[in-house]
Amino acid sequence: MSDLDYVYAVARIRVKEKSLLSDMDISQLAGMDDERGVLAYLEDKGWGDQSSSGNSEAVLAAEERKTMQLMRELKIDPAVFSLLSYPNLYHNLKAGIKEICTSESNAAAFYPDEKYGREQMLRILTDKDFKALPDHMRDAAERAYEVMLQTRDGQKCDVIVDRACLDAMGRAGKKQKNALLKDYVESTIAVTDIKIAVRALRTGKNAAFLKEALSPCDSLDVRTLAIAASENEEALIGYLETHGFREAAEALKESPSAFERWCDNHLIETIRPQKTNSVSMGPIIAYYLARQNEIKTVRIVLTAKANGFSEEATRERVREMYV
Amino acid sequence: MSLGMVFAILGAALSTALAGMGSAWGVGMAGQAAAGVVSEDPDQFAKVLLLQLLPGTQGIYGLLVTFITLSRIGILGGNMITDTNTGLMYLFACLPIAIVGLISAYHQGRTSVSCIGLVAKKPDQFGKAMLFPAMVETYAILALLVSILAITNIG
Repeated sequence: MSDLDYVYAVARIRVKEKSLLSDMDISQLAGMDDERGVLAYLEDKGWGDQSSSGNSEAVLAAEERKTMQLMRELKIDPAVFSLLSYPNLYHNLKAGIKEICTSESNAAAFYPDEKYGREQMLRILTDKDFKALPDHMRDAAERAYEVMLQTRDGQKCDVIVDRACLDAMGRAGKKQKNALLKDYVESTIAVTDIKIAVRALRTGKNAAFLKEALSPCDSLDVRTLAIAASENEEALIGYLETHGFREAAEALKESPSAFERWCDNHLIETIRPQKTNSVSMGPIIAYYLARQNEIKTVRIVLTAKANGFSEEATRERVREMYV
Repeated sequence: MSLGMVFAILGAALSTALAGMGSAWGVGMAGQAAAGVVSEDPDQFAKVLLLQLLPGTQGIYGLLVTFITLSRIGILGGNMITDTNTGLMYLFACLPIAIVGLISAYHQGRTSVSCIGLVAKKPDQFGKAMLFPAMVETYAILALLVSILAITNIG
């Protein structure tokens, strides 16, 4: 499809963007007394459906469903949509492996997916029918499953699956013609690598672990990043400051939650130019990602309220909105 | 039929054909965007309809020039052309609206699409949204004037 074939879809998205939550909405949510107040505000904004009233998980699930339904109606190129769903797909793989290997049922840990939801994933893993998985995840699924069965090391399993997800996104992103998708994939890999490096530093992981976990990308030299992260925080901050990630370094100095917030905000900055684009697939992808960010932020606020976090602590954790 | 007559009819045909093609493209493109907005917010129908119609004027200008030409070369009135030079003059007189009509309708269509997006997000900005595609219209009107002045002053 050419860019001009998306005129109808982009016009629909422009109307839909009006109902996205703004920074002001999120600020109001963060200032509310409890979870009930947050849910009431969201329901006034049209969140949830008839069956979800008062149940935060059901409200969020209803919003996920609405987004998926809209994407189906807009007939997005399946290759593009499949690329956007890689993180959820690989997450389901991790959840499936852990459920089978630990025999602990946790249906809430899975993202709903028509082809690779909980039921399908458990069947594939139980039957060791790895050929039923997409090409890009077969080897990693088999390897992670064996590692988990033999060592019960959940972290090692996560590293294998997460690395495979990033590598698959990188390969698929390079094949894409759409500039936003390329930028988004590049940013996602870079931000995730930085996140992994920071977490590895805090948990005292060595360079060998980082070599296995970090996925190569154009905006980072993963070897130097791994060396910096295996030394100390100053070395890592120094690397980030001199390699175009000064804001990440500043956030890292501030607090762990400020750093996590920077990670999501950086991805939103990548898609923000799509607000002024009228004739390509870009605004549709941007809307999908903005909705994911919005749902994630609302989940953070709801969790903070449910756990009695202060207003200040909640505000520190919320992300920037697309609109 | 003289060669001059062939050139004059070719000019008349090009005015309608090229300007009409541009308008069809522009209106079609803006129509897709308008449908997208109305599918989510039917209250915006009147506003987006006006924006959709703007690139349609070039087709009308082309038709007008075709009528004037035909009424002067002996098809709908006037005297038949007998010499090649006069026919060529009619052909070249028709070209401004044919070419500018095609290109301006294409760009006006794209501008309308963007402005329909603007109205979708901010319906109260409709007045400003109308002005942007209307600016493109200026050049179609200039081309129309040149074509009409040239045709009416031949012979």
